[in-house]
Amino acid sequence: MAKRIDVSGLSAYYGSHKAIDDISMTVEPRSVTAFIGPSGCGKSTFLRTLNRMHEVTPGGRVEGKVMLDAENLYGSGVDPVAVRRTVGMVFQRPNPFPTMSIFDNVAAGLRLNGSYKKTELKDIVEKSLKGANLWNEVKDRLNKPGSGLSGGQQQRLCIARAIAVEPQVLLMDEPCSALDPISTLAIEDLIGELKERFTIVIVTHNMQQAARVSDRTAFFNLAAVGQPGKLIEIDETERIFSNPSVQATEDYISGRFG
Amino acid sequence: MTHSSSTADLPPLPQDDRSPVSGKAVRPGDRIFLGLSRGSGIALLVIMAAIAVFLTYRSVLAISGDKANFFTTLDWNATGTDPKFGIAVLAFGTVVSSVIAMLIAVPVAVGIALFISHYAPRKLASPLGYVIDLLAAVPSIIYGLWGALFLVPHLSGLYGWLDDYLGWTGIFSYSQGAARSLFTVGILLAIMILPIVTSVSREVFLQVPRMHEEAALALGATRWEVIRMSVLPFGRSGVISASMLGLGRALGETMAVATVLSPSFLINASLLDPGGGTFAQNIASKFSEADQFGQDALIASGLVLFVITLLVNGAARLIIARRKEYSGAAA
Repeated sequence: MAKRIDVSGLSAYYGSHKAIDDISMTVEPRSVTAFIGPSGCGKSTFLRTLNRMHEVTPGGRVEGKVMLDAENLYGSGVDPVAVRRTVGMVFQRPNPFPTMSIFDNVAAGLRLNGSYKKTELKDIVEKSLKGANLWNEVKDRLNKPGSGLSGGQQQRLCIARAIAVEPQVLLMDEPCSALDPISTLAIEDLIGELKERFTIVIVTHNMQQAARVSDRTAFFNLAAVGQPGKLIEIDETERIFSNPSVQATEDYISGRFG
Repeated sequence: MTHSSSTADLPPLPQDDRSPVSGKAVRPGDRIFLGLSRGSGIALLVIMAAIAVFLTYRSVLAISGDKANFFTTLDWNATGTDPKFGIAVLAFGTVVSSVIAMLIAVPVAVGIALFISHYAPRKLASPLGYVIDLLAAVPSIIYGLWGALFLVPHLSGLYGWLDDYLGWTGIFSYSQGAARSLFTVGILLAIMILPIVTSVSREVFLQVPRMHEEAALALGATRWEVIRMSVLPFGRSGVISASMLGLGRALGETMAVATVLSPSFLINASLLDPGGGTFAQNIASKFSEADQFGQDALIASGLVLFVITLLVNGAARLIIARRKEYSGAAA
């Protein structure tokens, strides 16, 4: 259920502007990889190239290779829609479908992928909500709209929606930045459980969070505003936070940046 | 003299022993503005009340003088000592032609709006939107002339075909006359309300939050699935409002209908055969020749149209309110 991601020579553009330049890295399966770096360094853009979401932005364009095990996501016969069914995503702001009930939100991806029997659907929704640590809070109001939940609950609903379709990889774009500390803790605990089953990549501005949840950490930086973002280094999280091999990483982590 | 020293050149402030916060509690400007706005509000209510009283009074005069049932009579003879008139034909014609217009216009308008907001390349989208808006600026008499001179002669072929295949239903039977029928009126009204329904729907579709669309995309939704999961549910109440605006215009349209329709006071099962009438068309064609009582009768029919419009709008509000919990605004 979890696959390795192998990125090589990847650059992404917005129109003629190059947002990230020549990135190569490996993301290990069944682990959490955190992307850190200053605003505008392209870490979110890079994340969005991993499920081909970058190209839905007007002018968005990608060069390079993203191998999911043996398959290049940017190969010629690859359907981006199918890629997004394999590589799930959770966004910065919780975005449950406002017109759908809690149940329908979780079932939304399943209904896209094919037809399920009612009982199957119920089982998968329950399993996914349990997997997102939300089941006990919502089991009595599955038919109520998802937008009635608190921010943290909504984000866990979005995680349940993403894992319901059993993706190979789960991408998270600053999933806690709109949440209070208690909801953040709940999501972080959840990430720890989910990595048993999925390959997880998380973008975060919170370095303590990266240190708490991730096994490996990648540091991105940009030379100046308007310059493309680059991968500075990727290593075991412990090493990045204790003894990074590049001076810029240490400067950023210790707050001597900028 | 430099700029920075300019404060030194100001005349000294007048010395004043009064407290710095003393003064009138209400300034004259506020009072004048309050009076103006309150006056406008009251004037509106007075005018509305005056119109309502006038319409109701004249309608009551007409209905009490009617020697036949005002709601079921299939005739309009509002003169002489034995006036007999009823709105049945007008209500039927108005509702049927408007329903036909809605059935044609709303799906097409939603399609155009989606094309402009989500499919068309930007270079094509804005000129297309502009052309649609331009359609709304054409005066209704022009639509009427076009309908009578172009649509009517060209539709008889289509009606003949419909008669061949669907004539057995009764609704689509057609006896080779000029196509000055309720169905033609419906088609013409559809074209007339298309721009308003399209442009309001387009605005609503453009306001769908990006994050709702990305939620669907990230689950592996195709473009159509994104529209079905995110865009249409979000735009639902907006499309209903847009349709109601269009319906309001269709119900009340006068000149175009009067130009195209060949009126008669019969309820005809066939929508393709000429005949029938609408409230607004009937008032327009009879008002100038009517005596005082005849005018009262027409006013009474206008009051019924007003009530129908009110009911339709109320129903639309109910539909929107019932789904409020699930609307995008609550997110």
